[in-house]
Parts: sequence; structure tokens; C-alpha cells
Amino acid sequence: MTTLRDILSQGVQMCLVLLLAPLLTGFVRKVKARLLRRRGPPLMQPYRDLIRLMRKDVVLADNASWLFRVIPYLMFAGTWVAASLVPTFGNGLLFSWSADLIAIIALLGSARFFQALAGMDVGTAFGGIGSSREVMIASLAEPAMLITVFSVAMIAGSTQLSNVAEFMGSDAVGLRVSLGMAFVALTIVALAENARIPVDNPATHLELTMVHEAMVLEYSGRHLALIDLSSQLKLLLYVSLIACVFLPWGTAAADAGVVRLGLGALLYLGKLVVLGFLLAVFETSIAKMRVFRIPEFLGAALMLALLATLLRFVSGSL
Amino acid sequence: MDILDNIPQVKAVLSHRPWPRAVVTEAGWQAAIDRLVEGGLTLLGLWGEPTAVHMAVRDGGSAEIAVVTYECAAGTFPSVASRHPPALRLERTIHDLFGLVPSVADDLRPWLDHHAWGKSYPLSGRNASRDVRPYQFLPAEGEALHQVAVGPVHAGIIEPGHFRFTANGEHVVRLEQWLGYTHKGIESLMQGASLEVAAKLASRTSGDSAVAYAFAFACAVEAALQIEAPRQATLLRALMAELERLANHLGDIGAICNDASFALMHAQTGILRERCLRAANVAFGHRLMMDVIVPGGVTRDIAPDGVAALRALLAELRKVFPRLVELYDNTASLQDRTVTTGIVKAEYARRFGAGGYVGRASGRDFDARRAIAYAPYDTLSFEVPVLQAGDVNARVWIRIREVEQSIGLIEQILDQLGPGGLETALPPGIGRGACEGMALTEAFRGDVLVWLRLDGELRVERCHLRDASWFQWPLLETAIEGNIIADFPLCNKSFNCSYSGVDL
Repeated sequence: MTTLRDILSQGVQMCLVLLLAPLLTGFVRKVKARLLRRRGPPLMQPYRDLIRLMRKDVVLADNASWLFRVIPYLMFAGTWVAASLVPTFGNGLLFSWSADLIAIIALLGSARFFQALAGMDVGTAFGGIGSSREVMIASLAEPAMLITVFSVAMIAGSTQLSNVAEFMGSDAVGLRVSLGMAFVALTIVALAENARIPVDNPATHLELTMVHEAMVLEYSGRHLALIDLSSQLKLLLYVSLIACVFLPWGTAAADAGVVRLGLGALLYLGKLVVLGFLLAVFETSIAKMRVFRIPEFLGAALMLALLATLLRFVSGSL
Repeated sequence: MDILDNIPQVKAVLSHRPWPRAVVTEAGWQAAIDRLVEGGLTLLGLWGEPTAVHMAVRDGGSAEIAVVTYECAAGTFPSVASRHPPALRLERTIHDLFGLVPSVADDLRPWLDHHAWGKSYPLSGRNASRDVRPYQFLPAEGEALHQVAVGPVHAGIIEPGHFRFTANGEHVVRLEQWLGYTHKGIESLMQGASLEVAAKLASRTSGDSAVAYAFAFACAVEAALQIEAPRQATLLRALMAELERLANHLGDIGAICNDASFALMHAQTGILRERCLRAANVAFGHRLMMDVIVPGGVTRDIAPDGVAALRALLAELRKVFPRLVELYDNTASLQDRTVTTGIVKAEYARRFGAGGYVGRASGRDFDARRAIAYAPYDTLSFEVPVLQAGDVNARVWIRIREVEQSIGLIEQILDQLGPGGLETALPPGIGRGACEGMALTEAFRGDVLVWLRLDGELRVERCHLRDASWFQWPLLETAIEGNIIADFPLCNKSFNCSYSGVDL
């Protein structure tokens, strides 16, 4: 019975993230547009774009290798699995016991690795620029992310997100300096990983400044749809991760009833709205940084994460 | 005639107004180049005719302007560019259009001619053809250098131009531009055109400077015919020119910030720019105010509700714009992008005679409205902002200060407007000889030069339009050196050179 319940819970959460991901992106775009006194596209626009791209033919460069065609599927699969590992409205995910936070980082890391390969596959200058910038950012963002995970794991005593979320929701956690630092570090990493301002601009048309967009310039049709959906899933993943670790209130326990689950789902939606709104406000109020300023920005995340870990070592209560 | 006094000349051309023109010998031509090289003179323009080349120069000290002409008996002329690089693209254009060969030139690659015209040297009047060779970009050698080719098709909706970067990772070692994709054959269309058609053509050379071009063209015709537009007409011309400057500068300020991904500024200035265009529409019946300025005056007075619309616009600008300036100044992340990015050295700005915000941000104190003081600017009071830093930030600040000055100018003009004649009748064409006129006006980018020769029936025999961008594009190549590729769009937008204006 428990197994069936777990499978159901996991299945619902997997479908939920897939369905919600475009909506979150649409919401952030809408808020940004309103902040700029524009009307903005409708909330449902990302879904329409995905459907449109799915219907379109794929245009491939003559010299595109098999890798170029396979990579969108790999990216999508890796990101979706990673996203389904993060508890959304309820804890006790079935996958949680086989894969933890480090696995999430590994999955996202592989997706990124393949994307960088795809960027260079066709051999255009922009793809190369995008890949080299992406890898530079990743080489700093991933260690920062790992150390953040370590500091959180040391406090919670587990790298499994279900356990972490449960611990964070309990009274045992208290107010900790190290958690605050980990939060800031994770936020910076999330901005960098999702190609948001100030690291990258998801809405730019300037091919020379692109990072993420430069790598996928050669994609079209269903390939592009999958890549777009992967990026949307990734944004949802990071927002959920921040919500699950730092705003764990209301997440339903593993054995909760339907009402608690429903309440958890509502609260989860509320958290997405708040975090998405904050993201839009932040992105509107800051310019993009110079490419060579990004290492300093991510270096700050790395240092904060490291400090958080050290503080936890020095004193169990910090 | 001070400039020409020091130059050995053959004969002065009397029908050239308002500044003198003289046909010179090779020694005279070289003497003029000598003075360009040593910095006494600034090159204003270099253009051709089937059998002659003209060079307009301005004396930096006495502020005098003159044109020297070299008659190319053998189809060649002594190269200016080989000694004075700012002339390079103009010289390549002369070669492309007229087939005149600059002797001892280092660079004779085509500039406007992309081998798509079906013939060579279209304005030379003879049937010659040149070899079709693939365009060679200048080499840059070294380990780990790679090329990035951008354009002419871009990811955004902008004018077409090709940019060839040689980069070492992110660092730009060399940038080379190749333009000419929007060539329209304006010089050839001008030949034989009536004044009415020619004025329309001139104002369509670069759409964002429609007023400035029409203004310059009208002034050149009036100079050639020795007539003057009525006071009311010149006031209206300046009113339109300042409105155009306002709209473009506001658009630019936002667009520069947008290229640093600061969309907030772009959205806000976009609203103000739109308000300017709508006010222009109310006042003059056209958002870009095309075809209002004609030789002799203006075609229409300001609309009855136009004054009120403009006063409302000014009130809003006075209220909102200072807040936007504060936003620009107080956003540290934005300042971090614009300060020290894309520096144009003062020495280059001076040598190239860069006009507009490019020159004034790099310490070149030149504004045609003050230096030439054409009507009605001789009676209006305004300041010309000059900065020394030469970076993107300085070019933004020059625009901000010029917006403030333009607001003041529009107020002065509105106060002085009154009833008055709008047009001076052109003299009848019959029985006149050919006459030549030249004019400089200040577009939002910098000085626009128009030179023309009218035949006895008031038709345009030859007309040359020189955009300010001719001397700004090359500086963009120097400004980006040592910067990173990702900063190029920001530098480029801070120049906002015209493609259409130089592709002719």
C-alpha cells in the first residue's frame, strides 16, 4: 500500500513540475513586463511556444553530428529526473532514497556538459563563445553549489532532500548564521545556473553577449522545444530547491492525508509566486555584469558556502 | 580665403557659396594634405565627380571652411588616405563609384561595391569593369587568435553590416567593419533630379536624421541660389531639428542601458521618445517630420494645437527626465558596465574630426550649430557639452546634457514663434549658369555635410551627402580594441552610427 502511495506521490510530482515549469517562466516574464510598464505576453505563452516548436520541422546544419540530435533528449531527461527529485508539495519522494542532492548536481552537470558539446558541434563562432562562457561559469558555480549542499547536509545530517526538508521544517533547526550564508550562496548559484541577469540575459537579441542562447542558436523545432522546456524545468528546480530547503513550511509529510497534501500544494504554488516575483524584481533592478566580473560574483557564492561550512564545524549552533 | 592663401591654386571658383572653392595643382593638393597631417586642418569631406575630386577642409584655428578640387586628367589623383587615414573609406567610395584611382594608395579594396550592381564604376560614365575578387579582411596573426564573423544578418532587428572580430578568447585584437549592404545609389538618383525630388531623397538618406538632412540640403540650395529663408521658417526648422535630436537621444540613452540588460531605462525612455514623436506628429503632421523642410523655407506652419502639445511634452520631460538621469547615475551595476568601456582617445577624435557625441565625449569641442552658427542658432543661446573621458559613460552623459539643452532651445523657439512668411520663392531658373552650394548642419549624430551643384534650370547636377558616421565608424574599430567581445554591443550602441547614411 505504501509503495503504491509512494509511486503515486512521485508520479504526481513529476507531472506537476513538467506542467508548472512553463508557467513559472511565463509568470516571471509577465511580472518583468509589468514592472517595465508593458503589458507583456500572456501567462500561457510559453506553452504555446512549446507547442508551436513541437509542430515545426527541424532544420539541421549540414555538418551536425548525431550528438547534436541526441543531446536535446539527454538534456531534457537529465533535467526532468533532477527536477523530480526535489520535494514540491510533499516529502517522501520515492526517488529520494535512490538519489540525493549530489545526484541532482551530477544530473544537471551532465546536462550542461552535453549542451556545451552541442554548442561546439556545428562549429559556428557563437556556439563556441557560448560554450566557453558556459563552462567558465559552470566551473565556478558547481563547486559553490556542492559546498552549499555540504553545509546544508551537515546541519540536517543527510544529503537526501526529503530528510533535509523534514529537518528544516522541524523545530530542531533554529536560527543559524551558516544557513543564511548557504541561502545567499544558493541564490547566486541559481541565478548563474539559470542564465538570469546579472550573469546572462534570457531575453537578449545580442548574439555577442549571449551565454545560454548562443549555445542553442542552431537548434530549431522539437529540439529547441525540449531545450527550452529543460531550461524552464531547471528554473523550477532551483526555485523549488530554495523553497524546500529554506522555506519548508507547509510541505506535507510522507504519510500525510489528502487535505494536508492539498494544502502543501497550495503553499507550494504560493512560494513559487513569491520567489518568481522576487526574481523578476531583482532582474529589473540590476544591469548585467561584464563577463569577467562573473567569477568574482560566483567567487562570493563559493566563499559564503565555504564560510557556512566552516562555521558549522566551529560551532554546532551557528 | 585664408586657407586657400597657403595653397598653390589654379583658379578660384566664384559660383561656390558660402565658402570658397578652388581648383588646385598637384602641389596645392599635397599642401592641403600636409596641413591635414600636421593637424592644422580637419577633413570635412572627400567626394568625387567623373573627372575631379573635391576635398572640404576646416581650419581648426580660424574656423574657416574651404573646398579644394583636383582635376583628374589621367583618371588618378594623389591619395589622401595614404597620408591621412580618415579619408580611407571616402577614397575607396570614390574609386567604387567613379573609377578614379588614388595613386600610391595602400588599400584599394571595394567599399560600397559588393559586386552586386551588375556593372563597375556606375557614376564614371564609361563602361569599365573591375576584377571580382573575394573581399580580403586585414590579417591578424598570432597563436590562439580566432575570428568571429558577425552579420550582416543579426539576431535583432538592426541595420545590416558585417563585423569581423579577431579575438584571443574574449579579448578583441582587431575589429574590421564592412558596410555597404544598404547602398541605394543616392548620388546617382540625385543627378538630374528636380529640387523637390532631391529634397525628398536627401531626407531619406538616413531616416532617423530626416530633418537634419533636409535642413542641410535646403541650406545648401539656398546658399547656391543666394536666397534666405524667412525667419519664421528657420525657427520652425530648428524646432524640428531639436525635436528630432530629443527623440533620438532619448531612444539612444535607453538603448545603451538595454544593451547592458538594464531594460528599465529602455522602457522609460521609450515612453518619452514616443511622446516626442507624437508631439511631432501633432505639430507637423508626421512623426519623423519628413518633407516639411524644402529649399526656400518650410511647407507648413506649426499646427494650431502644436504649440500646446510641445509645451506639454516639455513639461513632462522636465518632470520625468531628471529622475531617469538619477536612476542612471545611481545604478552601480550599470555604471560598472559603461565607465572605462570603449574609450576613444582624444587624439583620434581630433584627427578623424569626429562629430557629435563621439567627438564631444573625447574632448573635441565642435558643434556645427555653434561653429557655423547657421540661422537661427546664431540668435539662440545654448551650451555645447564636452567631456574628456571618451568612454561609453561619457557618450551617455553628452546625450543627457544635449537633451537638456534641446529642451531649453525648444522653449526659446516656442517663445519666438509668431506669424510670418514661410517660404522665399526660388528665383526663376532660366538664364542662369551653374551654381554650387554647401552646408553643414548638426544632426543628432554629428555634422551632416551637403554639397551640390545646380544647373541653369535648377536641377541637381551633382550632390554629395556626407553623414557624420563616416568619421565615427573607424573610431569604433579603435574603441573596441583591448575590450572584450561581450562589450561590443554596448560600445556599438553608444556610437549608434548610421549604416544607411554611409552606404549612400
